[in-house]
Amino acid sequence: MTDAVQQSKAIEGKGRATGFSFAAYFKNSGERWMNILSPFALLLIWEIAARLGYVDTRFFPAPSKIFETMWTLIVSGELYVHLKASMYRLMWGFLWGGIPALLLGISMGLSRTLRVIVEPIISATYPIPKSAILPLILLIFGLGEASKIVMVAVGLFYPILINTVAGVLEIPKIHFDVAQNFGAKKLNVFRTVALPGAMPLIMTGVKLGVGLGLILISLAEMIGAKSGLGYMMWNAWEILSVETMYVGLIVIAFLGVIFNLILNEIERMLVPWKTSR
Amino acid sequence: MSTLAPNAGGAPAGSAANTDIKIRLRNLSKIFETKKGPFVAIDSLTFDIPKGCFFMIVGPSGCGKTTLLRILAGLENHTHGTMEITPPADNRPSNSMIFQGDSLFPWMTVWDNAAYGLVMRNRPKGEINDVVGHYLQRTGLSKFKDYYPHQLSGGMRQRVSISRAFATDPDILLMDEPFSALDEQNKLLLQEELLRIWDETKKTVMFITHSVDEAVTLGDRIMVMTAHPGRDKATIDVPFERPRKVLELRARPEYGEFVYNIWKYLREEVDRARALDEGSAS
Repeated sequence: MTDAVQQSKAIEGKGRATGFSFAAYFKNSGERWMNILSPFALLLIWEIAARLGYVDTRFFPAPSKIFETMWTLIVSGELYVHLKASMYRLMWGFLWGGIPALLLGISMGLSRTLRVIVEPIISATYPIPKSAILPLILLIFGLGEASKIVMVAVGLFYPILINTVAGVLEIPKIHFDVAQNFGAKKLNVFRTVALPGAMPLIMTGVKLGVGLGLILISLAEMIGAKSGLGYMMWNAWEILSVETMYVGLIVIAFLGVIFNLILNEIERMLVPWKTSR
Repeated sequence: MSTLAPNAGGAPAGSAANTDIKIRLRNLSKIFETKKGPFVAIDSLTFDIPKGCFFMIVGPSGCGKTTLLRILAGLENHTHGTMEITPPADNRPSNSMIFQGDSLFPWMTVWDNAAYGLVMRNRPKGEINDVVGHYLQRTGLSKFKDYYPHQLSGGMRQRVSISRAFATDPDILLMDEPFSALDEQNKLLLQEELLRIWDETKKTVMFITHSVDEAVTLGDRIMVMTAHPGRDKATIDVPFERPRKVLELRARPEYGEFVYNIWKYLREEVDRARALDEGSAS
């Protein structure tokens, strides 16, 4: 039994390597430094090139200028307003798209009949680029908040649904036999077997969905909005403030990284039995 | 040796009027409809299992043993004949199954796995804590209650599975080759552990195995099944007294002789199963 303890400690140790860990990823510190420094090196080269006039600063303003603009936008509170608007839409879109996808996905995983009925509809609508339905959504939901939220919701819906169905189908049959044999009712099968069993793939779907949500929210805000990061960037194009566009890009990239870190952490909490494998 | 006389009718003599029968099967059959036509998995089994009997079923692979157990567990339906299971007097579960292979929920800790049956039956928290605590202690897993199954060895996982089944205090325990995936040492330890826990509770057990040794070590009565279709080839009472100690029992000369005699029945079936397989392969 002591070696089971040791074994588990070893596994827990390895568990920290899930997601992204410098220590586990790089063989030596030299590689690690190269990896950290390369983006900064690029920025430095860019800065020098911009100042010496090797690149056209109308398209590629010096990084120092971009960060200056960013600082101005932060101090004036403008960036905060746009960021908040986008986050608000993302959050509601996430709830309106994610929760139905989760419930429908698990039900489809559990019921063959439901799968047979819904699957062709999903396969037929999934390949439609979500950006292509933006005009339709603007038409139906107007220029207000609803159209943006629906856009995100639709984008999130598919990856979460498809991954949830796959997640339930991947659960070995024996676990359902156990639940049945120990007297689990339908709702308990849902709660104690299907949901936790599908959770690893659900998390994969959520990660994909959030990435897609960021793409779609920027796009939707460019066309029919008066606030949000997408609007900020589109507006910057109209007034030819290239630096502001770059600020928007940087913030969106940063959000992507932050969401990924948060979701990895949530995954570690919800799927402790898989992340430590 | 009178104890070795195979019981041609299946049902032990004098049991027909006995009210202490837990499981009563009459001509029970299971026929699967396949693309190649009907496939007889179980062919008219007739036998009784008395209350408190440790009933072993031995047979070659693919003789329908697992199907039979799943029918008794209510996980599958039989197609012909009758099956009567005397319901428990109180509201205990009629049966709990210990499955072959990994049946623990990987997303639950040892404790939650062992408590699963009780939680599903909405037992009070205090009772769950007492009972699960008792069985985890009994199986030496108290220290590991917060571990996840993948952090345990195969033997420990199967002990959790045993705790889970015993914790619900079922009327009947159904065991489907629970130790077949374990190494010899672990198998021996778990057999002793199972005998100890069983001695406390004297539950009716139906235990499936392909190991004659295991059948003789654990069982009160052994049914040897034929290769497909699964039929009752012989039912034999085990003459060894309880409580049993696995190693001491196996050291006795009568034990070897008894195992040899049962193995002879089984041998014919194993050979026949092999001949059938080769026949269908060519």
